[in-house]
Amino acid sequence: MYSDKVMDHFTNPRNVGEIPDANGIGEVGNARCGDIMKLWIKVENDVITDIKFKTFGCGAAIATSSVITEMAIGKTIDEAEQITNKQVAEELHGLPAVKMHCSNLAAEALVAAIEDYRKNAAAGSAS
Amino acid sequence: MNQIYMDHAATTPVRPEVLEAMLPFFGSEYGNPSSVYGWGRRARQALDQARDKVSEILGAEASEIIFTSGGSEGANLAIKGAAWAYQKKGRHIVTSAVEHHAVLDSVLWLKKQGFEVTIVPVDEEGMVSPAEVEKALRPDTTLVTIMHANNEVGTIQPIREISEIVRNHGALFHTDAVQTAGVLDIDVKELGVDMLSLSAHKLYGPKGVGALYVRKGVRLDPLIHGGAQEKRRRAGTENTAGIVGLAKALELAHVDREEENARLIRLRDRLLEGLQKIPHTKVNGSLVQRLPNNVNVCFQYIEGESMLLNLDLRGIAASSGSACTSGSLDPSHVLLAMGLSHEIAHGSLRLTLGRDNTESDIDFVLQEIPVIVERLRAMSPLYQR
Repeated sequence: MYSDKVMDHFTNPRNVGEIPDANGIGEVGNARCGDIMKLWIKVENDVITDIKFKTFGCGAAIATSSVITEMAIGKTIDEAEQITNKQVAEELHGLPAVKMHCSNLAAEALVAAIEDYRKNAAAGSAS
Repeated sequence: MNQIYMDHAATTPVRPEVLEAMLPFFGSEYGNPSSVYGWGRRARQALDQARDKVSEILGAEASEIIFTSGGSEGANLAIKGAAWAYQKKGRHIVTSAVEHHAVLDSVLWLKKQGFEVTIVPVDEEGMVSPAEVEKALRPDTTLVTIMHANNEVGTIQPIREISEIVRNHGALFHTDAVQTAGVLDIDVKELGVDMLSLSAHKLYGPKGVGALYVRKGVRLDPLIHGGAQEKRRRAGTENTAGIVGLAKALELAHVDREEENARLIRLRDRLLEGLQKIPHTKVNGSLVQRLPNNVNVCFQYIEGESMLLNLDLRGIAASSGSACTSGSLDPSHVLLAMGLSHEIAHGSLRLTLGRDNTESDIDFVLQEIPVIVERLRAMSPLYQR
């Protein structure tokens, strides 16, 4: 049911964990529907230099979280913000149809982390 | 890699003796049991013998057995057939919140046709209370359908008590015995049921065949029209090979049912005990009134499908009641009816044991599961060590 690439990211997820001094954190989903993704980003000079995730969810939820960390690292926040859930699914060589909307939340988690970073940065420069 | 099958509540392998009994009816004995010549007569004879065997094990008469295409058809025929046949008497049906979808969806379909339905709740062990059933009965109740044992959590229902209440009220009682046939005593007189459905592939027989017991005198409107087979209650040329396989499988199951149950209970209890050593683990279902082969637990902070994928990578076949595996957005209706939260229900794991499982399978599973749970928890944003 899953592509080899999904299974690769599921069995060897990249960048699992937390970043203690992250300057942006995004969390999407809820436990009620069975998927929660949390992303930590470290941004320096508008570039994502480190990214880590923790996910509660099915195989697709874990694989999409893992692959987006690879897609986002080294990108500017403006570039990273443009990544869509559809691109994440394509990067994984496709996802089963039923997983497309419920477990494919990684791009939203990344946007949430970037928004959190921008809010923190604005608060930092204001003080 | 060693493969360990622990999903016997989903389906079971066909026993070699069953396959052997079936083979002639795919080969030389291909006759239609309704035909008058030799081929037909021999097929008819095989069918009659199978019906005698099945009825004997159920404590019924041969004429009270209808062969079907399986458990789902049996439940559909019992429920829709009786509801239609008795609709002049009343249009109210009672069932429980933890039934298999074959029952639940049949009842809900009737509701759309204008029947009225009461769904009785269960307690935290998934048990239906006879008093709740009694409370749900109305003068216009014609049918009550409650499963013998639950397919997800293994809770065995107090069928004798419930059937007595229903009988005294003058309504009909059907039980879905798909999980108990070949495992528990399914004597229909002992259970006090008017109808009982079972399926061959859950008891080491072939897929695509089952039986429905219908007590003499109970009327049913057929679902399938087009022939005089099964006393006009189920048209269609009989599945001779399948029916022979069903009878053989049921017969074999009853030869060593008690020894096999004792063995399974030992394995089950070792597995349950071992899994409970994992922190934040909850056992689902009754510890007393429980099927000999059923283990169902929830591991907090992780999701069922990711657990199943990891188990599969280690050669272990199991199932879960998470939304992803139930094919809907909600986790198992059984676990929710037992009062579990969505979060906890997503982390359920069902392991159902069978004839092919050994002590060393239990050792292996108990070695692998804690590692998988720990690995997924380490990845979970909900888990704080």
